[in-house]
Amino acid sequence: MDRRQFLKLSGTAAAATALAGCGMSDNTANGEVDYMGHHDGPVPTDKMTYRTNPKTGEKVSILGYGWMRLPMRKATEQEMQDGANKDIIDQEEVNRLCKFALDHGVNYFDTSPAYCRGRSEESLGIALEASGYTRDQYFIATKLSNFSPQQYPFEEGKKLFENSLRYLKTDYVDYLLLHSVGGGGMGPLHQRYLDNGLLQWLLEQREAGRIRNLGFSFHGDVAVYDWLLAHHDQYHWDFVQIQANYCDWYAEDKGRSGKYLYDELVKRNIPVIIMEPLLGGRLSKVPDHVVAHLKSRKPENSVASWAFRYIGSKPGVLTVLSGMTYMEHLEDNLRTYSPLEPLDEEEQQWLEGETASLIKSYPTIDCNDCKYCMPCPYGLDIPAIFVHYNKCVNQGNVPESQQAANYQKARRAFLVGYDRSVPRLRQADRCVQCRRCVPHCPQQIDIPRQLAMVDSFVEKLKQNKL
Amino acid sequence: MLRKIRITLAVIFWALITWLLVDFTGTAHAYLGWMARVQFLPALLALNVGALLFVVALTFLFGRIYCSVICPLGVMQDVIAWFRKKKNKYSYSEEKHILRYGILALTGLLICTNLSYIAGLIAPYSTYGRIVGTMVAPLYKLANNYLAAVAENSGSYAVYSVDVWVKSGAALAISIVSWLVIAILAWRGGRTWCNTICPVGSVLGLISRHSVMKIRIDESACTRCGKCGRNCKSACIDTKTHTIDYSRCVACGDCIGECREGAISFSAAKPAAGTATTREHNAVNQGRRAVITSSALLAAGTLLKAQEKTTDGGLAVIEDKLKPSRNKLITPPGSVSLRNMTSHCTSCQLCVNSCPNDVLRPSSSLDRLMQPEVSYERGYCRPECNVCSQVCPTGAILPVTVEQRTAIQVGHAVWVRDNCLPVSDGEPCGLCARKCPAEAIQMVPLQAGVHKDGRRWLDADGKEIPREKLLLIPVVNEEKCIGCGACEQLCPSRPYSAIYVEGHEVHREI
Repeated sequence: MDRRQFLKLSGTAAAATALAGCGMSDNTANGEVDYMGHHDGPVPTDKMTYRTNPKTGEKVSILGYGWMRLPMRKATEQEMQDGANKDIIDQEEVNRLCKFALDHGVNYFDTSPAYCRGRSEESLGIALEASGYTRDQYFIATKLSNFSPQQYPFEEGKKLFENSLRYLKTDYVDYLLLHSVGGGGMGPLHQRYLDNGLLQWLLEQREAGRIRNLGFSFHGDVAVYDWLLAHHDQYHWDFVQIQANYCDWYAEDKGRSGKYLYDELVKRNIPVIIMEPLLGGRLSKVPDHVVAHLKSRKPENSVASWAFRYIGSKPGVLTVLSGMTYMEHLEDNLRTYSPLEPLDEEEQQWLEGETASLIKSYPTIDCNDCKYCMPCPYGLDIPAIFVHYNKCVNQGNVPESQQAANYQKARRAFLVGYDRSVPRLRQADRCVQCRRCVPHCPQQIDIPRQLAMVDSFVEKLKQNKL
Repeated sequence: MLRKIRITLAVIFWALITWLLVDFTGTAHAYLGWMARVQFLPALLALNVGALLFVVALTFLFGRIYCSVICPLGVMQDVIAWFRKKKNKYSYSEEKHILRYGILALTGLLICTNLSYIAGLIAPYSTYGRIVGTMVAPLYKLANNYLAAVAENSGSYAVYSVDVWVKSGAALAISIVSWLVIAILAWRGGRTWCNTICPVGSVLGLISRHSVMKIRIDESACTRCGKCGRNCKSACIDTKTHTIDYSRCVACGDCIGECREGAISFSAAKPAAGTATTREHNAVNQGRRAVITSSALLAAGTLLKAQEKTTDGGLAVIEDKLKPSRNKLITPPGSVSLRNMTSHCTSCQLCVNSCPNDVLRPSSSLDRLMQPEVSYERGYCRPECNVCSQVCPTGAILPVTVEQRTAIQVGHAVWVRDNCLPVSDGEPCGLCARKCPAEAIQMVPLQAGVHKDGRRWLDADGKEIPREKLLLIPVVNEEKCIGCGACEQLCPSRPYSAIYVEGHEVHREI
């Protein structure tokens, strides 16, 4: 049977079932196969998997909502006149997503004063208030994001925390994190939290009940991680947030190895919060052959669901954060976790091994578009450059040489797409290699070097000298 | 019949050459470049013998067919006049000898004295090129950008968007003025411009006086009704005496149809003496065709401002570059020298609109008004591009290959100490050296005594300087520099770059 024939036949079959099934449409209410052939039905509201925080005994939904990749919209003329940026948070959509998440069992929301150019906390505060849920029905996580040296002094750090409470319209934070420690080594840790007495003050706030759980999020130099855990007896971390996913589970660099970071926490009985389970979408926007590889096991399940089930299967995980920009992302993740169907041993190994190496052998740049490197003082749009490059890699538009079969088409797609994705003034050829971005990158990308790589590729394409 | 063929050819020719003038992708040029090269003044300035012979022979055989088909300015005037739906709107007038040949003589003098840019101000093709280049091209680009947005939404890479900007206020103003003058003249008197001012018209008129094929009146059939004369846009038929001023006749064929008696023909032999009549005919009600309306041309100027870009939020603001004051003008590779450029260019704007890197723009300076000028505030002369040299019909920019153009020195880079990041802000940079396609820039220590030891940099006392503290400044090897402006355009110093290009009066090869 050829493909066309098959489609024809299956079409007839579907029509027949549709007709036959007209009378039993009420079966769909509880999420079973409905008569139109949807395998999923409505997203269940009462099947979310919860994990227990051992200290407080509170039940945290395994899906946590990351408040960083929010839906944006174009600002109106009036808003721009009032000083808004060209793109602003689409608060109406945000409210809808927030309410939907709460209605379907999500109760953990993770934000930071640094996210979305400083607008994330405010937006979460508005959305939670608008949802109609009461303060005891959800948990708020925010961070002490004192990255810039002018925020190092104690008073500045304190101000950040007080502002967070104000924006979030609350008088306590459920989970407070030292934000992204590890970048730049021990130096910044001392400057940001230790030498200025800020951590001491945070511990006092925990005593006072304004912070219910104190922890930190980690990226980068593993010495910092080890040091903080070595002082667990002193600080009593209530949780720690790490980046872990099947792709980097066995990474050579300890600071990136999910397994190392996770095991260290489980050893000490510290609940683990997972960030970047999808690596900013890099584990869902995969090249075709990886899609085929994953889908051949479970054709109905999304590519992303594998990453979520994988990391959710680790028993020490309290919640898995996901920045869900679109309702469809939220729905897909809710389905994956309502309830979580843990992976068995074999499936986990299949992801960590075979699948991870398939993905890693692909020459994409490790950027997951978190925008921590921005703004670049020279005006480059670093994440947009990398996102475009990765997109072209995945679409087969990064030809190896002029002899490549699709060279002309790929060249045009890359170059025209480049100008569309990144204004010319913000492209890689403008990088002066000041390296200010390097310590900010949680993925430890050598940004200037990768920019130079992209630029040299662009030059070769433009000059037809590949 | 003659009229129909003429109109068909003219509309096709006119549409295609207009497309050639607004096209920025190089597509039109590949097929239609010859249309610019057969234009009389460009062919003359380029000493394009083939094209000149073609035009001369054509005129000698058929009269001023050139003016009614090949010349886009001529066709434009016909279109404008066609909109005036009035019958019998013209009348015979005497030839303005002194004005006509005075201007012709002056034009010749200007060309001989290398002041062709002034001649270019009234040369028909260049005038049309400027009108289209400054008034229509922006509209074309806006339409293109709209298509590009549609393409982007549908995941197609077929159309890409381009910047729309006023390349020169002076050029736009002059174009609007010349369009208004020509439009008013065409509206009131048909081909007045062509027969009193246009130097090409005058030259061809000298030839067409003696052309083989001519409009001829059969005096025996003529009833002296005067229709032909009142509908002659060249105002060249004197019905009283049955004479036609062939130096002004553009062989449009309108009169043939006007004559009810069939007394007018386009032929080689003289008809027998007699009289002529005319007939009410369809001079004007030839079905309306979808042609660019005159108001669209006028609207171009006002739409431009709205397209200026604002910066994105969340990204560092990038200040616009300002043009440095150059002592010497830069002309594009292939133009050989400033002298060659000024003496050949009729400022038709073809190169300006073809430049994919927004490097060329019409000059506003009085001594070379509207001739192309190179500047690097919006882009630089990319090493893989030789478009302007390929499109130029006048020999002002001679054809060069991509390989040749990277070996032509159109100027050299000059460092401006106070603007350079290592000097002004103590920041390491070196972008100009990294991006120089000619590898003509090296980085040397800013501080005295700093020297290199293997891969390490040591200060005067022999202590190693860490990379992030090392301040290097660019030095230019003027012998290798080709003046492409990559350094000037990419330099992070704004609004004035810390390195800019001074032109060479005569280009050199390296």
